[in-house]
Amino acid sequence: MSRRAAYEARQRRRANLIAGLSTIAVVGLVILLVPMAPGWDAVKRSFFDGETFVNTFPTLLRAFLLDVAIFAWSVPLIFALGLAIALARGAQSPALFPLRIFGAIYVDLFRGIPVVLLVYLVGFGVPGLGLPRPWNSPYIWGTVALVLTYSAYVAEVLRSGIESIHASQRNAAICLGLNSRDTMRFVILPQAIRRVVPANMNMLVALQKDVALLSFIGPVEILRQAGIFKSLLANFTPYVVAAVIFLCVTVPATRYADYLLNRDRNARS
Amino acid sequence: MPDPRLSLSGVHKTFGDAHVLRGSDLDIGVGELGCLIGASGSGKSTLLRCMNGLEPVDDGAVRLDGVDIAEPGFDLGPIRQRIGIVFQSFNLFPHMTAYENAALAPARVLGETTAARPRIEGLFHRFDLADHMTKYPDQLSGGQQQRVAVIRALAMRPETLLLDEITSALDPELVGEVLDVLRQLRDDGMTMVLATHEMSFARDVADRVVFMDQGVIAEEGAPEAIFSSPKRERTRKFLASVLR
Repeated sequence: MSRRAAYEARQRRRANLIAGLSTIAVVGLVILLVPMAPGWDAVKRSFFDGETFVNTFPTLLRAFLLDVAIFAWSVPLIFALGLAIALARGAQSPALFPLRIFGAIYVDLFRGIPVVLLVYLVGFGVPGLGLPRPWNSPYIWGTVALVLTYSAYVAEVLRSGIESIHASQRNAAICLGLNSRDTMRFVILPQAIRRVVPANMNMLVALQKDVALLSFIGPVEILRQAGIFKSLLANFTPYVVAAVIFLCVTVPATRYADYLLNRDRNARS
Repeated sequence: MPDPRLSLSGVHKTFGDAHVLRGSDLDIGVGELGCLIGASGSGKSTLLRCMNGLEPVDDGAVRLDGVDIAEPGFDLGPIRQRIGIVFQSFNLFPHMTAYENAALAPARVLGETTAARPRIEGLFHRFDLADHMTKYPDQLSGGQQQRVAVIRALAMRPETLLLDEITSALDPELVGEVLDVLRQLRDDGMTMVLATHEMSFARDVADRVVFMDQGVIAEEGAPEAIFSSPKRERTRKFLASVLR
């Protein structure tokens, strides 16, 4: 081993030792101190009850499939609409000016309203018009609320992606005789979409969590199912179960998004 | 003398406060290889970019086969099929293979999806890139990328090729392979305008050397005349500084 390698190995051992000791100290303190809180026994019974956890888990997991389904049919709608809005905002021709204005208002409006508020307004408001079945379904209007909010965000992300493509790419395409539509479709957009994949992954993680907001307007998805169990069993453990189930999906997804982001950064440096 | 392919007269161009072209006049004949030389910032690239309308000129005329393409509002689409341009920084489309880069415009602009294939593959073979057709730009060396960029321009069967300092971004050992391509095109009779810092290439291959200084064409003539006995003092100074 070279002198330098030996030195670095020593440094690494030292760093690992310190990290290990400090972790043990912190975890030990938490384990030691939290149960000393006066209400710990009550909290333990109502939030971390093993039996309730095991009993409610299968039903909650099934209810979570509804969240996944709502997520799954929302995503294509969000990206289609987001792309349309992004393109509308970049429209150059004077005849399309109303489209640009519409795109700008759309983005301002739906990025500016809290998702939960939009879920309430659309989810209760539109069916309140007295629409016949199935058009009064909270699934439809809840999805619409999510699509409105998230397509506004996706539109902004895509637009930043489009604007990040260097003008020389557009020049090269135009000098080959491509019209502006083909330039966007074959040269700019494919690169822009690739570039914003990590940002959109984070968006999808947020969307998966926000699907739970639809519980407020009716669908018995995981959050609502957990609420039903809570009332039934007089115990909060089902909420913890729901949180764990969400984490099982969102943590890997977030890590994957970070991985994509890092890979992208390394590839371009 | 037959009509020139390209004829610029009194071309002015400003970028904000910078008056980059101050009344440039230049004729390029059919089949001619003209080399624009001059210091950085003398207006070589801008003049080149005005020749295909990539930069709209403020004043003056740019005639292609007698038609003024600098007329405001002129539809440049059809013109750009006839004038190819290759850039200093290649500007290949990074998400497409070398072949796809060359095949995009023929397919979308000329409507030749399969018809162009033999022609494009022929170009890759001719310029020694047949093994690299399915590679992406970041898998190719700078010299290879620049040759793909030339092929991409040639795939549209242009009559004229504009080359904007196409060897300036290359490592010195890769310059030769790109210049060889230009030699071959010159022997084909392609009309070309090349903005360049490669003085020895200009001297060997150009039909005409055009020295630009501060936005005007300061001196032009046969390469021997310009390099051996420049008439203007500023041409002498420039050549003395670059040839050492």
